Amino acid sequence: MKAAEFDYARAASVEEVCRLLDSANGDGKIIAGGQTLVPLMVMRLTRPSLLIDVNHIETLKGIMIDSDAVVIRACTRQYDALNDVALAKALPLLAKGLAMVGHPQTRNRGTVGGSLANSDPAAEICLLARVLDAEITAVSSQGSRVIADKNFALGAMTTALSSEECLTEVRFPIWQIAGRIGTAFDEMSIRRSDFALVSAACQVALDQSGVCRRAVVGIGGAEPSPLRVDAMEQRLVGTKLEATDLAAAADLLRDAIDPITDNHASADYRRRVARELSLRVMTVARDEALAARN
Amino acid sequence: MSEHDITLKVNGRTYRGKASARMTLVDFLRDELRLTGTHTGCEHGVCGACSIIFEGQAIRSCLMFAVQADGASITTVEGLAEPGTLSVLQDCFWETHALQCGFCTPGMLIASQTLLDKNRLPTDEEIREAISGNLCRCTGYKQIVDAVKLAAQRLSGLNAPVKSDG
Repeated sequence: MKAAEFDYARAASVEEVCRLLDSANGDGKIIAGGQTLVPLMVMRLTRPSLLIDVNHIETLKGIMIDSDAVVIRACTRQYDALNDVALAKALPLLAKGLAMVGHPQTRNRGTVGGSLANSDPAAEICLLARVLDAEITAVSSQGSRVIADKNFALGAMTTALSSEECLTEVRFPIWQIAGRIGTAFDEMSIRRSDFALVSAACQVALDQSGVCRRAVVGIGGAEPSPLRVDAMEQRLVGTKLEATDLAAAADLLRDAIDPITDNHASADYRRRVARELSLRVMTVARDEALAARN
Repeated sequence: MSEHDITLKVNGRTYRGKASARMTLVDFLRDELRLTGTHTGCEHGVCGACSIIFEGQAIRSCLMFAVQADGASITTVEGLAEPGTLSVLQDCFWETHALQCGFCTPGMLIASQTLLDKNRLPTDEEIREAISGNLCRCTGYKQIVDAVKLAAQRLSGLNAPVKSDG
């Protein structure tokens, strides 16, 4: 369980990161918290020739919040995001999901951008980015671009980032909608805060009469990347999210999902858990919205 | 493969050493600095035995390369009490039989000490969350939770150590 040999460079700026990535001929890797990358390296599932450390780049750290969005710079620790009171107020779903990321030791070191860049199928932050329609900024020596999250994850541990790009920040939009918002996050794992076999996230907006105006439901851990089912979300909008509506939506999810099988759970088990978890998060999110004032 | 000079402050003392880029921090602590209190378990971030306090926070030292820690300040299990003595938390582990083989104990102590540093009287739930990243194959965790609770109460003056005659 030792990583293959590599060279190490501690970068002082994003420009230097880009320069170093260019110099590595496609074989450079950025290390931030290392909570996903180092296990892959010691299991020799990845063996970069150059490891570029971004932990000392202050411009890659920080959280900015306005009425439109929560923007988290890539090297912000999960612990810092989780303990940001303004973030939890602006986007409660983000805080609920962050609380389920790994263990205290994982969150103390792991970063928001690093989790996205590695794109583990079970990662809570990847699911949050999917349901909140996050926008991810990547910088290279050729310039910068913004990638919509739905185009970001290409499969397990595979993203739209090129080997010369550095993820610099992620923007989580805040819904600009009149009405009451409710959110929920839940997951099933073998041990407390272990990798989720299946995770689920939901955010709904209800109008004054309790009719759903917008709904997102996402499932993580079940497929190689987080999943949303359009038909399921459309089934919810315009209804009062009665039990029959939620059950019908959950059935649409069950029919659409194509889960993975591994040593921990079969595809069929994951399908059943996904349906049940989706019901739970839809129910909790609805009840939270109904209980909300304004 | 790059080779690096590393300066680290561990338990208040400054150490210097050399490490190849791929050497993990736990291997550097154990093999170069001979601080073998921190244990190497799974080496891929699952068991928590290698937990240390890095810049004030509990982290896993198997998931950091030693070169990344250059210039940092670290506390390992050796730094929780003066040599030959036990901290209140360690004493409570002894009192409640919170260890059997002892392999997980350094990590358990680090995880629970960092909890007590920011939460004077944690609930059972908060203790279980704090040690959730640390595997123990002997105790079933109950005695560990008891130890942390006992230590929290003792640090708050709510109980006193058991007196021993021998």
